[in-house]
Amino acid sequence: MLSLAGWSACAVAFVLVALPVFDILFLVISRGLAAFSPALFTQVTNGTSGGLANAISGTLILSAGALLFGVPVGVGGGIYLAEFGNGRFGAIVRFVADVLTGIPSIVLGYFAYITLITGLGWHFSVLAGSVTLAIIIIPYMARLTELVLRQVPQSLREAAYALGAPERKVILRVVFPIGWPGILTSILLALAISVGETAPLIYTAGWSNYMWHGKLIGEPIGYLTYVIWSFINQPAASAHALAFAAGFLVIVTVLAINIAARLVLRRTGGGQ
Amino acid sequence: MKLRPFRLTLLGLTCLIPAALGAVLLFLALFSWPAIRFNGIGFLLSETWSLGNLYADPVKQGGMLVPIGASYGILVFLVGTLATSAIALLIAVPVSLGVAMFLAEGVSPRLRGGLALIVEMLAVVPSVVYGLWGVTVLVPLVAHVLAPALSDAIGFIPFFRVTSGSGFGLFAAALVLTLMVVPIITTTVLDALTRVPREAKEAAYALGTTRFEMVRKAMLPMVRPSIVGAVILGLGRALGETMAVLMVSGGALNYLPGTINSPVSTMASFIVSQLDSAEQDPTGMAVRSLAEIALVLFIITVVVNVIARLMVRGVGKPARV
Repeated sequence: MLSLAGWSACAVAFVLVALPVFDILFLVISRGLAAFSPALFTQVTNGTSGGLANAISGTLILSAGALLFGVPVGVGGGIYLAEFGNGRFGAIVRFVADVLTGIPSIVLGYFAYITLITGLGWHFSVLAGSVTLAIIIIPYMARLTELVLRQVPQSLREAAYALGAPERKVILRVVFPIGWPGILTSILLALAISVGETAPLIYTAGWSNYMWHGKLIGEPIGYLTYVIWSFINQPAASAHALAFAAGFLVIVTVLAINIAARLVLRRTGGGQ
Repeated sequence: MKLRPFRLTLLGLTCLIPAALGAVLLFLALFSWPAIRFNGIGFLLSETWSLGNLYADPVKQGGMLVPIGASYGILVFLVGTLATSAIALLIAVPVSLGVAMFLAEGVSPRLRGGLALIVEMLAVVPSVVYGLWGVTVLVPLVAHVLAPALSDAIGFIPFFRVTSGSGFGLFAAALVLTLMVVPIITTTVLDALTRVPREAKEAAYALGTTRFEMVRKAMLPMVRPSIVGAVILGLGRALGETMAVLMVSGGALNYLPGTINSPVSTMASFIVSQLDSAEQDPTGMAVRSLAEIALVLFIITVVVNVIARLMVRGVGKPARV
């Protein structure tokens, strides 16, 4: 009897968690689809109406920038930790990276605000937004990359060394190709974080109603998550429609990236 | 020693990670130093956050130029941060343990992957989308259903007696945080539960337990260190959560929450909501005081995460080397 009550409570807990998941997806997808039109992709935002072309392109640019700065450090750091990180230095970096993932993104955003925006005088800009996002995603990428590279069998490295291959060749020609699907997964997950991030961008990338003109500093840029946050609090129905359309684009992108990441891992049997 | 440019390049890139952490601490501390000196300990103890009169000439106070009447106290936001996180954990811990037990032993292993995926989806949803859902669905639900129901049930405790309210406030913020913390605790505990050795389970069965008793009395105690670590990790996440909380918490200034439906501000949400106003302060003390909030939040979350990592470290390690 007690067992039955216990399992029922557990099942209820699961339902309580699963319901919001489906409700969030249902709400954002249904309201987002209702707001869909070709104009979303062709027009820029005009006050709280118009389209999302500026925000869509801005999100792509900022995320690409984040990967540009983040991947070399994240993946490079991960390789170092996996290949040479068994000493005390590796342990410290590993620990620091874990702690860094736990620091609220707004704190990192404020750090970027006082150093890049006001300190270096970059103003709200693509460069400041990308660098901020890169700081956020680097520790995730480093730890994930390390994790997958550690699964590459040691015997393969030893075989390559035995053939007289130098360190660089062993890593680039043997370890890296085998670990590549896992590294790709870590890059994809970092991309998903970049696309969904909001708080640190508000005071580093700013917001713009216009398409980006290509200036790295001194020119603010729009992005989708800003539309969600800012427009849902406006009274106009057109603003709500844009917020849900932006929410739809963000969540579909993030889900698609996560599914792709899982598929990459599964196809190569990385999870064995 | 042979020079190894490839390894050195990697080492240089790797050094950027601890350098980033050090730079964040250093620059936040340097930038907020005037505010730290001006605010003193009152920063943490005062309920009043006021930018002062920004249109009058600034006055010299304690050797620093500040607007007349400026006062920077974050007690309200400290309380808001701790209260939302505490209520969220109070709900999330039992729910997560229930879900983890359910997925580990309550369903067939074939279903487990798919059902666990649903929980993992919660971790994938961006914070601002939670906010969007919170504003549209959760806040009205809190205002019209959940808060009145709670008030009817245990309204004899003043904290839960809700007479009016828009739904934006402590309760809604805590519920959103709950959803964000649940996947962290659930996945960690589920992972630990599935690694409990079969012998331990069989030993419990041999003592005549039912399946539920086996999970509850034998498996859960075995994974207790993982549970504690996961809960602290979840706490770290809840303390720093920004956008979703900002969107559903109502935002409180100079006002401590009196009931579960009171508007609140957390440290993280306050930084986002106030930077625009703070920039209007010609002396810059407001922006520096916001940096001091970021510094306090940084220290709190680093301490929480260090504790959590040290606790998870010993137990969560895969056997593979």
